[in-house]
Amino acid sequence: MKTLIQNILDIARLKRVDYADIRIVHRRTEEIGVKNGNVEAFTHDEDSGFGIRVLFQGAWGFASSSKMTKTEMETVFAKALKIARASLKVRGNGVVYPSASERVDQYRTPISIDPFKIPSEKKLNLLLMSDEMMRRNRNVKISEAFMGSYKTEKTFASTEGSYIEQEIVECGAGISATAIDGGEIQVRSYPNSFRGNFATKGYEWIEALALKDHAERIAEEAVQLLYAKPCPSKVTTLILDNSQLALQIHESIGHPIELDRVLGTEASYAGTSFVRPEMVGSFKYGAEIVNVVADATYPGGLGTFGYDDEGIQAQRVPIISQGILVNLLTSRETAHVLGKESNGTMRADGWNRIPLIRMTNINLEPGEWTLENMISDTEEGVFLSTNRSWSIDDKRINFQFGTEIGWEIKKGRLGEMIKNPTYTGITPRFWNSCDAIANKDHYQMWGTPNCGKGEPGQVAHVGHGASPARFRNVQVGVMKGSD
Amino acid sequence: MTGKEACLRLLKDVVQESPADQTEALLLTEDSSLTRFAKSSVHQHVAEKNRTLILRVVIDKRIAVLTTNFLDRSSIRDLVKKAISIARIQHPNEDFVSLPKQPQPVPEINTFHKNINSLTPYRKVKVINDLFKMVKEKRLQASGSFSNGAVEVAVVSSFGVEAYQRYSDFVFHLIVEKDGGSGYASYVSRDPAQLDIDSLAKEAIEKALRGEPVQIEPGEYEVILEPYAVSELLSFLGYLGFHALAVQEGRSFFCNEFGKKLVDSRVTIYDDGLDPEGLQIPFDFEGIPKQRVTFFEEGVAKGVTYDSFTGNREGKNSTGHGLIAPNTEGPIPINLFMQGGESSLEEMVRSVRKGIYVTRFHYTNVVEPMKAVLTGMTRDGTFLIEEGEIKMPIKNLRFTESVLRALSRVSAVSRDRRICSEGTVYSRRFITGVVAPAIKVDGFNFSGVSAL
Repeated sequence: MKTLIQNILDIARLKRVDYADIRIVHRRTEEIGVKNGNVEAFTHDEDSGFGIRVLFQGAWGFASSSKMTKTEMETVFAKALKIARASLKVRGNGVVYPSASERVDQYRTPISIDPFKIPSEKKLNLLLMSDEMMRRNRNVKISEAFMGSYKTEKTFASTEGSYIEQEIVECGAGISATAIDGGEIQVRSYPNSFRGNFATKGYEWIEALALKDHAERIAEEAVQLLYAKPCPSKVTTLILDNSQLALQIHESIGHPIELDRVLGTEASYAGTSFVRPEMVGSFKYGAEIVNVVADATYPGGLGTFGYDDEGIQAQRVPIISQGILVNLLTSRETAHVLGKESNGTMRADGWNRIPLIRMTNINLEPGEWTLENMISDTEEGVFLSTNRSWSIDDKRINFQFGTEIGWEIKKGRLGEMIKNPTYTGITPRFWNSCDAIANKDHYQMWGTPNCGKGEPGQVAHVGHGASPARFRNVQVGVMKGSD
Repeated sequence: MTGKEACLRLLKDVVQESPADQTEALLLTEDSSLTRFAKSSVHQHVAEKNRTLILRVVIDKRIAVLTTNFLDRSSIRDLVKKAISIARIQHPNEDFVSLPKQPQPVPEINTFHKNINSLTPYRKVKVINDLFKMVKEKRLQASGSFSNGAVEVAVVSSFGVEAYQRYSDFVFHLIVEKDGGSGYASYVSRDPAQLDIDSLAKEAIEKALRGEPVQIEPGEYEVILEPYAVSELLSFLGYLGFHALAVQEGRSFFCNEFGKKLVDSRVTIYDDGLDPEGLQIPFDFEGIPKQRVTFFEEGVAKGVTYDSFTGNREGKNSTGHGLIAPNTEGPIPINLFMQGGESSLEEMVRSVRKGIYVTRFHYTNVVEPMKAVLTGMTRDGTFLIEEGEIKMPIKNLRFTESVLRALSRVSAVSRDRRICSEGTVYSRRFITGVVAPAIKVDGFNFSGVSAL
C-alpha cells in the first residue's frame, strides 16, 4: 500500500502541483434493527476506496475510485489534476493553502471490547429482549431496538511528507416504544431518539447503556403521553435535559461557527451563517455563564479522532468564553481569515468525499447547579426531554424544536406530564437568556451520527457534551398548525 | 459503465454461489461528478467511480443483507458465506412471506442519454463561467452546484428476476444573492441538452433583484407556493403516509380514511415511474415494474404503494416501490406527481389580496406525523403580495402547518408544472424528482420570522 501511495505522491511532485494528498479508507459497518419482535434489518457493509485531492495553481481537483490498483490510482490522479486545471478559470482569487508540518503517526480509538468480536447472537438477543419488554405493555404498537458498530481504517499521506494511519471504532444502541391511539402517535426513546446514543468506544459502551433496564419505563411513558395534556402555548422558563440541549448546541452553535458556512461556501445546500468573521472576539453569543469548547480529544466523544483529514492533530479549542465568541471551526484553507492556523476540523465521509469543516465534540461546559436546585428555583416553566423534531433557517437564526416529553414546573416542582412539546427562538437571544447550567455530575456526552452537510451529501459523526440548562422567556407550544 | 451483460453475469454468479432458500443480488454502479460554486467562484470540483453490491439472502424467513464494493470472486464467495451465517443465527421474521416470485416483463424505456459524457470538467466550467458573467452584469453573486452522473441498476434473484437499466442525470441548483435578497432556480433532467442556463439564471436573478427584504409579522396568510415548495410538502406526505408500511403500522394519516375526501377536490396526487414528464424509472430495487398509484383523486384518499414485503402481508402484489434493502422506512414513493390545474401563476398572484409568495422551503421537519404537521423556513425568494401584485421581498418566515389542512384550503392550481429535485442523497447516487404545479392556499400558518 505504501508503495502505491508513494507512487502517486511522486507523480504529483513531478507534475509540480501546489499540494496533493491521498486518503485510503476502509469502512466496516454492522447494523441490527429489531421491530415488534422481528429482525427488521441485519446488515454488514464493507466499503473501501481512495480519494486524491490536488491543488494546482490555486484550484482544487478531487477524484476517487473504489478500484485500488496502481493503474487506477494513476488514472484517478490524472483526473483530479484535469479537474483542477479546468477549474483554474473560475477559481476566484485562488486558494491560499498554508503548509503544515510533516506528521508520521498512528492513532487508534482506545477500546476495551471490539464490537466486531462480540457474537452476533449476543447482540441480537439483547435487542430482542429489550424489544419484547417494551411490548409487554399492550398499548405499545411499535417497539424498536437498534445497534450499530462501525470501524474505519484510514491512511492519509500528503506531498508534505505526512503519513498518518488511524483506526476509529464507534458503536451505539437505543430502543423506542410507539403508542398509537385515536389518530395520535407518541414515542419514547432511550437513551436518545433516532437510534440511541453513540460513542467512540467499544462494546463496553453498549453494555453500560443497560437498554433492558429502561424498556418498561419508556413503554409506560409513551402510553401516558397519549393521555397527557398538550404543551401550553406561552412565553415561559424552559429547562432542557442534556440530550435535547446537545441538539440545541449542534444546530444553533455547532453549525453557525463552521467557517466554511460563515464564508458562504455551503450556501447552495446547508446554508450560511449569521456569524461574520469580524464578530470573533467581541460578539456576545450567550450569557456570561455560557462556555463552549470544540474538543476533538474528549475521550469517547463521537467527534473524537487523532488527526483530521488534512493531517492536522485533534485539538481542544475554546469557542465561546464567558458568553463571547472567541473562535470558529477552521481548516487550513480558511483559518487565515481569522489570522489563525487550522484547528483541525476537516473530515470527509469516506474515500469518495472531500473533507469539509465538521463539528468535532462541541461541548457546553458544566455550571454550578444541581438539576434539583434548578427546578426548585423555578417558579413556573417547563422541563423538556429527548428530541423529536428540529428545524432551523439557512443562517441558523430562527430555530424550532419538538421533544418527546415534557413536564410542567410549578412553584419549584415538576408537575404534570405534557405532550407534543415545542419551543422556538432566535439563536443569540436564546443563549443570552441562559441563567443556569447544571454541574459536572449531570454532564453527559451525546453522539450525533447523522450530521448532514455538503454536496454530494456527507454524513458526519459528531459529539456534544452538556448538562441540563435553564433559559428564560422562551416561546413554548408552537402548534397552531395542528388545530 | 459496466454494461448490461457484465452486470447481469456478475449478479447471476452471486446468486448461483448462494445456497440460501431465496437470494437477491442488486448492483449499483456510479460514475459521477459535481462542481460546486459560491460567491461566483468554483471551490469544489469532484468525481467518483464506484460499484456496490447488495446481497439479500433468506433462509426460512431469516433474512440478512450485506453490502460491499469488493467485487472480486473470492470476496464475493466470502460475502455469500457471511450472509448465510448471519441469516442462520437470526430469528424468523414471521411477517415475511417471500421475495418477489414472479419475474415480470420490465417496460423498455430509454433513461440514458449518451451526451451525458459531454459534461467534461472543461465543459461544465464553461457553463458555470457563462453563468458568472450573466450574474456579474447585474452585480450579483452566484452559489450553487452542477452535478452529473451515469448510474446502472441491475437486479437478479433466485426466482428468475432479471432486470437492468442505465440512467443518466444532471442537476443544477442556483442561488443568486444581493443585499440580503436571494433568488433560486434549479433544473434536473436525464438529458444535458435540456439545460438552458440563460433561463435558469434569469429566473433566479429576477427574484434577487427585487431588493433588500423587509420584516413582516408572522400569522396566517394566503400563500402562493411555487412548485419547489409544493414538491417539498408532497415528499413529506410520501414519507409519512402514502405507503403501505405506514398504514400497516397505524402511523399514516390515511389509516381508516380511504374513500373519504380529506383535501380539496382540486388536489390529485399520484406516483408514476413511467411518466416521461418525471425522471422515469421502469422498475424498483426488487426488479418489479413500476405501476401508477393514486393517493388523492380529486381530494379523496385512494391508495398507497407496496413493495413485496408489505404486499405479501395483505395478499396484494407489489406496486413496484421496493427500495434498497434493508428498507425499514417502507415503500416510499419516489416519482410523485401533483396534477396541474387551470390557472396561470400570474392569475393566481392577481387573485391574492394580501399574502405571501414562497419560492422554496428549507430544513423542513415533522412536528406531528398523523396530522402531517410540518415546520420549516422559507428561503431564496419570499415576497409580500398586496392587491394582486408582488410588492417586496420579505425576511424568511417559519411555517408550522398541517399539509393536509393546507391542501384542504387549495383554491387554485397552476396549469404548468415543473420537475423538482434535491439532487444527490447521502452515499449513493440515484436522482429522483417530484413533478408539481404551483398552488394557492387560502390560509397558511407562519409561526415565526428569521431576524436578529
